[in-house]
Amino acid sequence: MTDAVLTHSDSRISALPGWRVAALIAGVVAIAFIISWIVPGAWDYPTQAIIPFAEWISAIMLWIKATFTWATRGLADLVNIPLQLAIGFLAKGYRIYLTEGFITLPRFSWVGVCAVAAFVGYRFGGLKLALLSGLSFLAIALFRQWDSAMLTLALILVCVPICVVTGLLLGIWGYLNPKVNRVLIMPALDLLQTIPTFAYLIPMLLLFGNSPVSALLATGLFATPPMVRATVLGLSKVPQDIKDFADMAGCTRRQKLWRVLVPSAKPSLMLGVNQVIMLALNMVIISSMIGAGGLGYDVLLALRALKVGQAMEAGLAIVVLAIVLDRVSQAAALKRPEQDTTQKPWVQRHASLIAILAVLAVTTLASLVLPAFGKVPNEITFTTAPAWKAAVDWVTVNYFDVIEAVRITFLLYVLNPLRAFFEGLPWLGVVLLLAFAGWRLGGIWLALIVALLTAFCATTGLWVQTMATLYLCGVAALIAAAIGIPIGVWASRSDRVEKVVTPFIDTLQTIPSFCFIIPVVMLFRVGDVTALIATVAFAVVPAIRYTNHGIRQVPHELIEAGTAAGCTKRQLFWRVQLPVAMPEIMLGLNQTILLSLSMIVICAMIGTRDLGQEVFKALSKADSGKGLVAGLAIAFIGIIADRLITAWVERLKAKRGLA
Amino acid sequence: MTDVKRPVKLSCRNLWKVFGAGSEEFMRRNNGAASAQALGEARLIGAVRQASIDVHEGEIFIVMGLSGSGKSTLLRCLSRLIEPTYGEVNFDGRDLLKASDAELIEIRRHKMGMVFQHFALLPHLTVLENVGFPLSVQGVPKPEQKKRAQAVIDLVGLKGREHHYPRELSGGQQQRVGIARSLAVEPEIWFLDEPFSALDPLIRREMQSELMRLQGVLKKTIVFITHDFDEAIKLADRIAIMKDGEIIQIGAPEELVLNPATDYVAEFTRDVNRAKVMSAQSLMRASAAGGQHAGKVDAKAKVETFAADIVGANLPFAVTDGKGRLLGEVTPQAVIDLLAGRHVKQAQP
Repeated sequence: MTDAVLTHSDSRISALPGWRVAALIAGVVAIAFIISWIVPGAWDYPTQAIIPFAEWISAIMLWIKATFTWATRGLADLVNIPLQLAIGFLAKGYRIYLTEGFITLPRFSWVGVCAVAAFVGYRFGGLKLALLSGLSFLAIALFRQWDSAMLTLALILVCVPICVVTGLLLGIWGYLNPKVNRVLIMPALDLLQTIPTFAYLIPMLLLFGNSPVSALLATGLFATPPMVRATVLGLSKVPQDIKDFADMAGCTRRQKLWRVLVPSAKPSLMLGVNQVIMLALNMVIISSMIGAGGLGYDVLLALRALKVGQAMEAGLAIVVLAIVLDRVSQAAALKRPEQDTTQKPWVQRHASLIAILAVLAVTTLASLVLPAFGKVPNEITFTTAPAWKAAVDWVTVNYFDVIEAVRITFLLYVLNPLRAFFEGLPWLGVVLLLAFAGWRLGGIWLALIVALLTAFCATTGLWVQTMATLYLCGVAALIAAAIGIPIGVWASRSDRVEKVVTPFIDTLQTIPSFCFIIPVVMLFRVGDVTALIATVAFAVVPAIRYTNHGIRQVPHELIEAGTAAGCTKRQLFWRVQLPVAMPEIMLGLNQTILLSLSMIVICAMIGTRDLGQEVFKALSKADSGKGLVAGLAIAFIGIIADRLITAWVERLKAKRGLA
Repeated sequence: MTDVKRPVKLSCRNLWKVFGAGSEEFMRRNNGAASAQALGEARLIGAVRQASIDVHEGEIFIVMGLSGSGKSTLLRCLSRLIEPTYGEVNFDGRDLLKASDAELIEIRRHKMGMVFQHFALLPHLTVLENVGFPLSVQGVPKPEQKKRAQAVIDLVGLKGREHHYPRELSGGQQQRVGIARSLAVEPEIWFLDEPFSALDPLIRREMQSELMRLQGVLKKTIVFITHDFDEAIKLADRIAIMKDGEIIQIGAPEELVLNPATDYVAEFTRDVNRAKVMSAQSLMRASAAGGQHAGKVDAKAKVETFAADIVGANLPFAVTDGKGRLLGEVTPQAVIDLLAGRHVKQAQP
């Protein structure tokens, strides 16, 4: 209705009526396929023309390994110092080597650690958070997950400060040099955040071996990007007035940065820290494949042995740990100084720290005499593994036929035909089609980037696997959107629904990706259906969140204007709220696609046949070339989807005057 | 009015700030002169164009303009928060644009203070720490920092709030902190960038009075930016009116009201309460020989201050200079005409 008025600035697709757009697309599809018929080798990429990126990368990695042994060793030794300290104090006891033999300092008593967890919760979020935090740690102890959980926690405690400092420095560098930021840092971050987690593991494995150090470094690489982003964003968002003030006060550059900009950006930075913690936890679990140990390793072992109960228990412990870390770090991010303490003596200002050290010292000393303080006594622990197993057995016995029928029908009549369709697409046709989409949405540069990235997937000989990934990811994202958007709409129209949905999706978002697989595998065993269900559960959150948020932030005047014009509720929704909220909903969809992609790759563990599987196989052979090339192909799928959708959203926004 | 004998503290000559690619080259080629049309053809935007002002020691110099008129850009060029494209800025007789980074830091640390529209307080510091911050970056020892910060906090009436954080204060209080902070280094020139625009009207009036009170004590050289003509009239010794990057008139409030240079200025002055702006001098006529006078007013007294008396007396008042010499007289009719808005032209030069 208002399109005619609004599109004057914008004469490409939007000026055309719907049927002409459809005809245009059909025409382009037809042309792309005709070209694919005519051009030789356009359907299946000729094997003899495959560009051996994988071999090149492998050669480079081997050269790096051989040439820089001193550097990798040095780095490993350096990182190992804090790591061994943390593991020693939290999990295993710290050994001090003397001239003859060694003495082992006891690890922190579990009683003390639980008390500290509660205390930290109390300091940041009051009684409620104290209870959540303390009881969660207690539960981990009582469910016999203590040793592994502390190992995982130790890795995180060492990793997070390293990531935060590195991220902060890189972010500052990017903020101070916008050009470096645009040309180097942001593209690197995009790549790091879209390359699947598995692909990080391979070079680390190659350079540092199967050890906690490799796990730590892989985790660091994965968890640092959000800190860099938060830093650049936070510093840019400091109001211009405050920046001018720093200059007018006669600050030197250093003073301006460290005494004005960084402290003013602290809220954004703390959100970055929260994200670092959550990603670190996620990655530490996955790094159990290259020697991280801890809870992730327990899950991995249990899954391999199909010990449903144990996997579930360790998985739940991860979830509990994730929730505590998330809530505590969020509370810390929001915490602001309550009163001025600079006048008080040192002891009072550091009362919390002293109290924590005292509790740890007293309980740990007590553990020397009271064994119950050192190791969680068996009498008070219990296991839920048999219960989980019984539950699964019961479901299997009673509903096996139903579940199996659903699974097989879905597989035979929906998934397999779709897979065949996607895998049969000609690579040149797809390249042309995507390039055309890029050109219409964002211009010639976008077209070129999209075409090059798509061509990479074909020229490396991974076309079929790429299409398989696209199919899985596409179906998962579609289902997630089909579930998530209506829920988001519903939540936006009722505060009560929103109140129920919000904590649910908050929790869902906190859970590390690995943990989604466990319950699904129990019921649906391995394969595409399982992968899809786990992926949908993981990727549904942004669809819900963005839809709800998008509709809720439609300006109130618009609703009033619509009501005043005599819209029914239905008209109000379809003709006012939805169009205005569309860009936001599209951004949610974008996130859903990216999350689907990252999850579908992890599902290689449960036997999908796609790029993820290529990476997984490369990991088991420590073949860095193949692994990285497949990883890049996955990253490129994500980047293509992201760029196309972002360009589309920009156009939508410009069209509606929302930009 | 302004005492012209006072020395110039800050001045700029033919100052330009032009945005766009190649702007410096363009201005150099044109020797610092370009019409709006020429700029437009070169796809450049002239945010400040050929601005020349002199700010005298101890005066309140107000730059008034609507949004987009370039007033904030002018202020930022004067303080070198942004680099002017062309022209010169003289501060205390030295070319500010030639100062090195280190010199500029020194000048700002000791001679300049600035108050910002949105306060620009550091959220992580208390009131006392915020006010002490400029001293702290200079490396002033802690006890002295505290002492001096406390003194200005007392001066702006925030005693008792030293240990509050900015977010715990109201807008008016936050701006008091901003004012205290800018005064902590005892600056010689004081830049105020729309300091009261973000405040409620009532608080704004209160803060304007507060500023006049402070200026009565401190006698700083002030460059004050505002978009509010009434505020300018109320506070200024002299006003520069800006439009589209150009200064179109500079003068005392009374001069602007009496002799607006353009229709644009006249539009602003039309609704101004003349009795508040105009002085006895401007209504004065030659005293008739042997005429009766019911009273005496100083030439500089605003009409507002004696309007009721003269109308009540219904006889002319004598106008005298500072030393009591007779200059002329003001008639009740002239005052009534002024109050009724019938006064159009200056009666007597």
